Amino acid sequence: MSKAVIGALLERFPDAVKDAYVGVGGDDCAFVEKEKIFEICRYLREEERFDLAPYLTAVDYLGEEPRFELVYNLVSLPKSARIRLRVKVPEDDCVVPSVTSVWRGVNWFERYCYDMYGIRFKGHPDLRRLYMYDEFVGHPLRKDYPLRGRQPLVPEREVEEKYRGPGPAGRD
Amino acid sequence: MTSPLNEKAPESPVGTVDRAAPERSLAGEPDPQVALGSSELFAPLPTKRMVVNLGPSHPAMHGVTRAVVELEGETIRSMKLDIGFLHRGFEKSCESVTWGQCFPYTDRLNYVSSIMNNVGFALAVEKLCRLEIPERARYLRVLTSELHRICDHLTLVGAMGLELGAMTVFLYAIEARDLIWDRLTELCGARLTSNYARIGGVSRDLPEQWAEKTLATLDRTAELRQEIDGLLTRNRIFVDRTKGTGRISREDAIDFGFTGPCLRASGDPYDVRKAFPYLVYDRLDFDVPVGSAGDNFDRYLMRMEEMRQSDRIVRQCFDQMEPGEIIVQDFRYALPPKPLVYGTIEGVMAHFKLVMEGIKVPAGEAYSYTEAANGELGFYLVSDGGGRPYKLGLRAPAWPMLAALPHLTKDALLADLVPTFDSINMIGGEVEQ
Repeated sequence: MSKAVIGALLERFPDAVKDAYVGVGGDDCAFVEKEKIFEICRYLREEERFDLAPYLTAVDYLGEEPRFELVYNLVSLPKSARIRLRVKVPEDDCVVPSVTSVWRGVNWFERYCYDMYGIRFKGHPDLRRLYMYDEFVGHPLRKDYPLRGRQPLVPEREVEEKYRGPGPAGRD
Repeated sequence: MTSPLNEKAPESPVGTVDRAAPERSLAGEPDPQVALGSSELFAPLPTKRMVVNLGPSHPAMHGVTRAVVELEGETIRSMKLDIGFLHRGFEKSCESVTWGQCFPYTDRLNYVSSIMNNVGFALAVEKLCRLEIPERARYLRVLTSELHRICDHLTLVGAMGLELGAMTVFLYAIEARDLIWDRLTELCGARLTSNYARIGGVSRDLPEQWAEKTLATLDRTAELRQEIDGLLTRNRIFVDRTKGTGRISREDAIDFGFTGPCLRASGDPYDVRKAFPYLVYDRLDFDVPVGSAGDNFDRYLMRMEEMRQSDRIVRQCFDQMEPGEIIVQDFRYALPPKPLVYGTIEGVMAHFKLVMEGIKVPAGEAYSYTEAANGELGFYLVSDGGGRPYKLGLRAPAWPMLAALPHLTKDALLADLVPTFDSINMIGGEVEQ
């Protein structure tokens, strides 16, 4: 079933989809150009009914060029088919179009990739760190981040006072 | 069941303020002309928006999730979630140990149903190794996974009852869960951190008389489950608080990436065990419950029915299972038996290499997915051919549901946040990794 999808993708985006292959266990995979990922995802969602995006993650291939890779796992519930798209992301141009407007569920996965790998998503509505605090230095899942890396002590944040309850004036 | 607490006005749905309540004039003021100016008198007062910080340590926030809620009166207008307080670097830790040493880490993802995590990870590595495991090991994996699915759902139902005021339900659920955990302790030696699966099979075979004891446990669990069912499913308070709250449509649920019982409660029958069967699920006869409303009550009903189905699966496993090997006899993957280790040089070498260097998993990448208690549990593995994972990506089942919580509770009452947070079954261990 998803063979046909890969074929349709190759036909529709001949420049952007490369090296389609059958992965371990019969998964259908393809490499996709970074600039075209949004158009391809929208096409898959609207024309091929890949309505569920259960998982998006990144891998750091340190020492290879391009260094990073994003992996999009997509499911079509009506067709009961799966497809995996891999996007190479070079280190000096770590910006990828966001697909949050295609599947809202991708929001946190993109934040996670930004947090852990430092890949930025263009058009993401709320690109903040997900697990780490804002002052965290570096990106922990990069291969050059040490396993027992230490972080600098950060000063206490200013807390914006939004509401003060009833009580004597001047009390904390 | 009837309860003396059921005396509140039944006709108004929960969550709406009854504007037509009996009018009472304020003391000292002239009696207002009820027919004339009632709309002005009963117009809601303009309220100042208030920001309430729930968590990270709050009894209703399971684990340590922080929610910053903006309230208008009692209505939630917006919510920001702040997670990561339980982040312990699961993926980074796994990338620094051998493939076999990842199993204890996977125990701590969803700590209520750890065997399902073990099995999910083992299946992912076996997919990459192209390894076929013995028949009995498959049955053992399904059997123990389904027992743990019952535990997980019992915990959810119990906690949901507890937080909506039904303490008894919690006690029944915990009793049933502990009975199952006692059986699993006899099998794996630990209540929570089972560490049961191995690459190529499972670690131990069933003890003597275990099947009979487990069947008796299942019977007792079914009794307790019926008690819970009787206490909750037709309970007016419970139904009022859960029906129609935390509702999500099928389209939105799919859009947000829901899987598992929460997706099925919204009406989509997607279940990995049926859609992409693994292990021996294609040989077992079970039904997948599907809801229609997508609210908290339907999500609760999914859990109750799935427990019954898991019960069926476990019984069928006992019937179909036959004696045999429980782990592959290939010493590149499985530890050799002790007499071989102590008696032969090949055995010592295999043992040493497996322990010190780890299993050599062929270079490549794979995504493997199983149906855990909360939905699709996925592992994305990349191997460089060495003994340690190059990349281990975890797709936590409850993650999308937690991410959608601001959507689920928008314009709902603050009190509805509690059952909604219960029914999505956020497990900090897996979501925050």
